[in-house]
Amino acid sequence: MKMPPLDEAVLARRDELGAALRAIVGAAAVIDNVEALRAYESDGLTAYRQAPMLVALPSVTAEVASILKLCGEREVKVVPRGAGTSLSGGALPLGDGLLLGLAKFNRILDIDYANACAVVQPGVTNLAITRAVEREGYYYAPDPSSQIACTIGGNVAENSGGVHCLKYGVTTNNILGLEVVLMNGEIVRLGGKNFDAAGYDLLGVMTGSEGLLGVITEVTVRLLKKPATARAVLIGFAANETAGDCVAKVIAGGIIPAGMEMMDRPAIHAAEEFCGSGYPLDVEALLIVELDGNVREVDEQIDRICAIARACGAVSIRSSANEGERLAFWAGRKSAFPAVGRISPDYYCMDGTIPRRRLPEVLRRMTEMSARHGLRLANVFHAGDGNLHPLILYDANKPGELETAEKFGAEILTLCVEVGGVLTGEHGVGVEKRDLMGTMFTESDLAHQQRVKCAFDPAGRLNPGKVFPILHRCAELGRVHVRKGQVRFPDLPRF
Amino acid sequence: MEPVFRPASEAELCAVMTWALGESVPLELVGHGTKRGYGRPLRTERLLDMSGFSGITLYEPAELVLEAKAGTPLAEIERAVAAEGQMLAFEPADWGPLYGVMPGQATLGGVVACNLSGPRRTTAGAARDHVLGFSAVSGLGESFKAGGRVVKNVTGYDLSKLLTGSHGTLAALTTVTIKVLPAPAETRTLALLGLDDRAALGFFGAVARAGVDGSGLAHLPLAAALRISLDEVAREGTAVTAIRLEGTSTAVEERMAELHRLAAAKGTVAILDRDRSLAFWTSLRDVGPFVADHGTNALWRVSVPPASGAAVVAALAAGRSIEHFFDWGGGLVWISTPLADDGGVAAVRTAAASVGGHATLVRAPADLRAAIPVFEPEAPALAALTRRVKESFDPRSILNPGRMYPGV
Ligand SMILES: Cc1cc2nc3c(=O)[nH]c(=O)nc-3n(C[C@H](O)[C@H](O)[C@H](O)COP(=O)(O)OP(=O)(O)OC[C@H]3O[C@@H](n4cnc5c(N)ncnc54)[C@H](O)[C@@H]3O)c2cc1C
Repeated sequence: MKMPPLDEAVLARRDELGAALRAIVGAAAVIDNVEALRAYESDGLTAYRQAPMLVALPSVTAEVASILKLCGEREVKVVPRGAGTSLSGGALPLGDGLLLGLAKFNRILDIDYANACAVVQPGVTNLAITRAVEREGYYYAPDPSSQIACTIGGNVAENSGGVHCLKYGVTTNNILGLEVVLMNGEIVRLGGKNFDAAGYDLLGVMTGSEGLLGVITEVTVRLLKKPATARAVLIGFAANETAGDCVAKVIAGGIIPAGMEMMDRPAIHAAEEFCGSGYPLDVEALLIVELDGNVREVDEQIDRICAIARACGAVSIRSSANEGERLAFWAGRKSAFPAVGRISPDYYCMDGTIPRRRLPEVLRRMTEMSARHGLRLANVFHAGDGNLHPLILYDANKPGELETAEKFGAEILTLCVEVGGVLTGEHGVGVEKRDLMGTMFTESDLAHQQRVKCAFDPAGRLNPGKVFPILHRCAELGRVHVRKGQVRFPDLPRF
Repeated sequence: MEPVFRPASEAELCAVMTWALGESVPLELVGHGTKRGYGRPLRTERLLDMSGFSGITLYEPAELVLEAKAGTPLAEIERAVAAEGQMLAFEPADWGPLYGVMPGQATLGGVVACNLSGPRRTTAGAARDHVLGFSAVSGLGESFKAGGRVVKNVTGYDLSKLLTGSHGTLAALTTVTIKVLPAPAETRTLALLGLDDRAALGFFGAVARAGVDGSGLAHLPLAAALRISLDEVAREGTAVTAIRLEGTSTAVEERMAELHRLAAAKGTVAILDRDRSLAFWTSLRDVGPFVADHGTNALWRVSVPPASGAAVVAALAAGRSIEHFFDWGGGLVWISTPLADDGGVAAVRTAAASVGGHATLVRAPADLRAAIPVFEPEAPALAALTRRVKESFDPRSILNPGRMYPGV
C-alpha cells in the first residue's frame, strides 16, 4: 500500500511542533515518545501499521481549531481518530503527520426527549448513547457490531451501519446536526435539532467523508422510542440459494424486517462455538430475521415470514421465546468477526454490496476464488440490503499469505462492482479500497468528489492518502477547460 | 419568452453546458418549470429545459430501487411503483399549485433538486434519505456520477446528498436512482378536535412517549383548518389535530386503540378512513391551506425543533395577523404573513433562530424575493464554505446563479 512520501522538512520540525501543541492542549495531552506512539500505529485493519509523528488529544473545540490552524500554517498533515476500529485503514496514521485523537471528547452534552434527540461529543461510544437514554425507553438506532468501542464521531465519518439499519437507516439517516472544525481552523455548525438543515446538505456530505473534510467536534443524534416488542427467528436452509430466495420473497412480500442477516456454514460454526447461541449446525445457511413493533403485529409478521421460509424449503425454524433468547440469537452474529478470529490466525473482512438477486452467483464465484487462492472463506451478510462481509482466513506469518488474501479481497470487490454493486457498504474506502476506486468511478467522477475536498481542505492536509487513488492538486481541478470562442454554438432545438 | 435549450442526451447537454461555460452565459434549469417561483429570482436569459430526459430506466421492486431520467414526471413514477404495491416513502410534495401550476406536473429532478418531502418525513426521512445515486453534468461541462444502485453504499463522498436540495446550482441531473419501499397495507387517521397549538404539540409528545409511531403528525388551528374540507371541522368549528397510522391492518388497529384511548381524554375524536386519510394528507403535503393566497401573502416554511413549534408561532403572532399550521409533529411550521414589512422577515427569522431553526420564503412576489434573503442566511464561515462548494462545481456561475444566495 503506497502512502504519500514522508516530508523530511516536517519531520525535522517535529520538536517545534510538539512544543506548539503543548502550548495549546497542555503537556499531558501530547504524545511524542516512541513507545507510546506505537499504541496508535494501526486501526481495525491491522495489516497496515505506521506510527504517527505525534499524537495530540484535545478536549474542547477551541483546541481542535487552534491545532488545525497551526498544522495548516506549518504544513503538517492531520489524521483524526476516534476509537480506531475502522476496518478500512481510515485512521491509519502518517509517519510525518499528527494523529488527532478525539477520545477526550467523551461527554453527553444534552439529552432532549421532547425533541427526541441528544447532543453528544464525538468521542462518546455508540453504545453509551443508548445506555444513557434507555431507561426512558429510547435508543440510538444504528448499531455497528463494534458499538461497545467505536465512537459516534467515527460512525459519522464512516457513515456506519449495523444489523438494524435495514429498517432504521444508517448513520446519515439518524443524525440531525454537527459541529465541524475545518482545516483552516474555522468552526461551522450544520443542521441542529430540526429535521432539515438549511442550504447545501453539508451535513450529508460530512457523513461518510472518512475524516477528509473536517474534524467533527459535536453530533446531534436522533433518538427513537424502543418498540414495544422485538422477536427474532432463526431459519436454516440446506443451500445458500434457497436462503437468498427467501430473503427476496420476504421483501417482495412487502415486509421490511428490523434486521435480516445471513451466515454461511463456516461462520455459523465459528459463531456457535464462540457464543453458544443455539444455532443449528446441520445447515448450509442461516437467516436471523428480527421483527419489531406491537405484540400482535410482530406475531403476525413472524407467522408470515415462517410461511414464506417453509415455502422456500427451510429445514429449521426457531423463533425467540423471550428477550434473553433474542439477544442470544444476535450475540452469535454480532461476534462473528472475533469468532472467526479464533478459528484462524488472521482474517481479512470485506464489505461489498451487491444487488441481492445476484447473491447465489456471487457466493458461487467466491467459492471458486477461495479454492484458487487456497484460502478459506466465511460469510456473514446483511442480507436485507445486500451488504456482504466475506471473511478471508489467512495466516500473516506464512510468507505471501497476506498478499494472497489482499488479492483475493480485491477480486471479491471487483466482482461486487461487476454485478452492479459497490466496493463498500459501511466500512469505508480508507487506504484499503483506495486503489480500487477506478473500478467503480471514472476520472470525472473522482475529480468531482475531489472538488468537494478542495472546497473543504484546499491544501489536502486532512487525512491524505485515503479514499482517492490519485490526489490532484486543487488548482488543477479548478481549471476550466474551455476557452471562449473555441466551442461552436451547439446545434440544438431552440425556440 | 427566453430562448430554450432542450437537450435529449448527455452529449447534447454537455455541448450546451460547454458552450455556456465558454461564453459565460447563465442558464435557468427547469424540469416542467412548476417551481420557477421558488428561490431568489434569476436574471438568466436562457432556459435549460431538462424534460427531454424522460422515462424510467430501471425498476427492480425486489431490490427496492428505481432509476429514472431526471425529467420523468413524478406522477409516472408514482403510478409505476403503486402498481407493484410500493411507494416513494418520502412522500414528495407537489408544490405546483402553490405557484399557480396544475398539479401532477413535477419531475423527479425538480423534486430532488428541492429536497421536497411530505408528512412522512419524521419516520421515513426526506428526499435526501432516498436518493441512492445520480448522473449529472456539472457547471464544468463534464458528466459525472456518484452513488450506486444499491441501498447500502459508502463508496466515496455522498454527493447524492450534496445534489439533493442544491436547487440546480451545482449540476444538471440527468438520471436519479431512488430507494422505494413497500406501501403500507392500511392507513387511517385520528382527528382530535378543539386543541390549541400548545396542547396539540404536547399531545404529539405524549403520543410519541407512549410508543405510538404516527407517520403524520399535523395540527391546523381553526383558520387553516377551515381552508381544507373536513366535515368535522365545519361542524364543530374548531382546530384539528391529526395523527396518521400506517402499516399492516393489525398494526394500525392495535395502535389506533392506544391512540384513541389517549385522545379521548383530550376532546372530540373522529377517525378518517383510508380514502379521507389519503385526501387529508395529500392536501397537507401540498400546503393546501395556503394555495389560494397567491400574490397576497408571503408563505414561510419554518423548520424548528418540534417541541418549540408553538412557542415560535406565539412569538410571531403577537401584534401580527398571521395564519399557520404545523406538520412534522410541530417541527415544520407553515406561516402565511401579510406582504407588508417585507413579509415580516425580521420577525420570522428572529423567532426561528431563537430556537435554533431556520426559515425559507417559499412563495412571494419576485420583488420581495429579490429584496430579502429567501433562504436562511448562513454564518460567515459556512457561507464561505458554501461559496467554495458552488465554485468547485460551477466556477463560471452558469447554473441557476443566485438562486439560493447571492452568487450561489
Ligand atoms: C469487530 C468489528 C466490528 C465492526 N462492525 C461494524 C458494523 O457492524 N458496521 C459498521 O458500519 N462498521 C463496523 N466496524 C467498523 C468500525 O467500527 C466503524 O467504521 C466505526 O464507525 C469506526 O469508529 P471509530 O471511532 O473506531 O473510528 P476510527 O477507526 O478511529 O476512525 C474511522 C475514520 O473516521 C475518522 N474520524 C474518527 N473520528 C473523527 C472525527 N471526530 N472527526 C472526523 N473524522 C473522524 C478517522 O479519520 C477515520 O478515517 C466494525 C469494526 C470492528 C473492529
